[in-house]
Amino acid sequence: MRRALIIIAMLLAGCVFFPTRSFASPSEEGEPINVQHIIFEHMLDSYSWHITKIGEKDVVIYLPVILYSKTSGWHVFSSRRLHENGGSYEGFYPAPEDGPHAYKLMEKMSDGSMVRPIDLSLTKMSLALLINGAILLLIFLPAARWYRKHRGDKTAVPTKYVSFVEMIVAMVEDGIIKPCVGENYRKFSPYLLTAFFFIFTCNLMSLLPIFPGGVGVTANLSITLFLALCTFIAVNVFGTKEYWKEIIWPDVPTWLKAPIPIMPFIEFIGIFTKPIALMIRLFANMLGGHMAMLVLTVLIFIGFSVGTTMGSSMTFLSVLFNIFMYALELLVAYIQAYVFTLLSAVFIGSAQIYHHKK
Amino acid sequence: MSLLVPDSGLLFWMLISFGVVFFILAKFAFPMITKSVEERKNYVETSLSDARQAKETLARVEEDTKAIIAEANKEQGRVLNEAASQREKIIAAAKDEASEQARKTLEDAREQIQREKDEAMLSVRREMASLSCDIAEKVLREKLSDQLSPEIKDYGCRSTGCKICQGIAGLRP
Repeated sequence: MRRALIIIAMLLAGCVFFPTRSFASPSEEGEPINVQHIIFEHMLDSYSWHITKIGEKDVVIYLPVILYSKTSGWHVFSSRRLHENGGSYEGFYPAPEDGPHAYKLMEKMSDGSMVRPIDLSLTKMSLALLINGAILLLIFLPAARWYRKHRGDKTAVPTKYVSFVEMIVAMVEDGIIKPCVGENYRKFSPYLLTAFFFIFTCNLMSLLPIFPGGVGVTANLSITLFLALCTFIAVNVFGTKEYWKEIIWPDVPTWLKAPIPIMPFIEFIGIFTKPIALMIRLFANMLGGHMAMLVLTVLIFIGFSVGTTMGSSMTFLSVLFNIFMYALELLVAYIQAYVFTLLSAVFIGSAQIYHHKK
Repeated sequence: MSLLVPDSGLLFWMLISFGVVFFILAKFAFPMITKSVEERKNYVETSLSDARQAKETLARVEEDTKAIIAEANKEQGRVLNEAASQREKIIAAAKDEASEQARKTLEDAREQIQREKDEAMLSVRREMASLSCDIAEKVLREKLSDQLSPEIKDYGCRSTGCKICQGIAGLRP
């Protein structure tokens, strides 16, 4: 522990006393630092995956762009074409940064208006989702294969790996699903387990700074919207009669529901606010953490645009705070997955009532 | 602003990746894992209760064994005591018999001695009688030799208590 602290301190001292010239380059070349651009570039989706820069050479994975336009039909091409043609290709142009579809491709119609086509491109986030899904399968399927091989053999001793998988699955199922959903938990446990491990894997992968990770998929509203929608379906489609009765005719004094249905109205709103809260909570927490880390990193560049001394001290502070933020984000990665699953389980459990409790 | 606009393309890819992962895991992985965990848990629970039962049975058996051993020990003590007392009795009886035998032998010996003594006394007495007869004869003979006829001086009687001799002796003055 002490040795680790010494190493960190030495690295930090190195940042202060030997600032590399590349750090100082933006200010020397006089380029203004666009903080918003840097942050948005990291947080938003992209048609290609920029991995790193080796010397002057960008290492980029060009992903396929798949567009369907009502006027010109399907367009499938590599995002390398966009890169070669300065961002536009086949009549598609990137939307302005401050609009609702920042950097997304828009089709220029004959009358000069920009229309958003149906965009099914395999973007950076889509690829990250597929990778994270593959990681999940790679984690759980070998363990499941072990179980299939040892079915009926109750005395078989699980391998270390299988025990680990078993431990984390049992932790979620016994700690969250069983107590929150209630007796019907079996029906919902696969969804809740998948949601937990999907969110957790995505959160952890988004903290990995290099290739398969580094994409904050859970800090994207589309992803959290989808997950919240799944919970919404699980709650309302599988809700019992008692649950709907509680919404339409709740157990409150009659004047609260007879002439003007105040309580049913509130209950009805509640159906939607619960998943929306889930969606916003996960999105905002992950977005906030990533933004904080990005801002701390950008502080270095801002510091060097002021001066070398300022840049050095900013580097020191930035690295220090980023270490702290990383530790915090690791915690948040788990907590947010836990909270999402917990609340989903609670909402599902509240829709699984059979007898009204007085 | 664009951060807050959900994107249909991303939703589509999310549907695919989450859907596929959910389908595969929900069909092949999670039920298998949770079922096995539950089965193992039940198995461990029953095994534990079985073990507890076996332990209880063992304790009972041990107790029984202890009781049996204690009983056996008691029995052993009793048997030993009995044997000891029996031995004492036998020894005492043997001693009694031996002393009785010795006493009898002694008595027999004493009787034998008495008898032999009596016999000896008798023979001594007989000898003494015959001797005294001889002596008396001699004395008589000497005394009567001058009074009696010399013809019947000697009758030649040698037996003790001879009536004839006594008669003769009576006749003589």
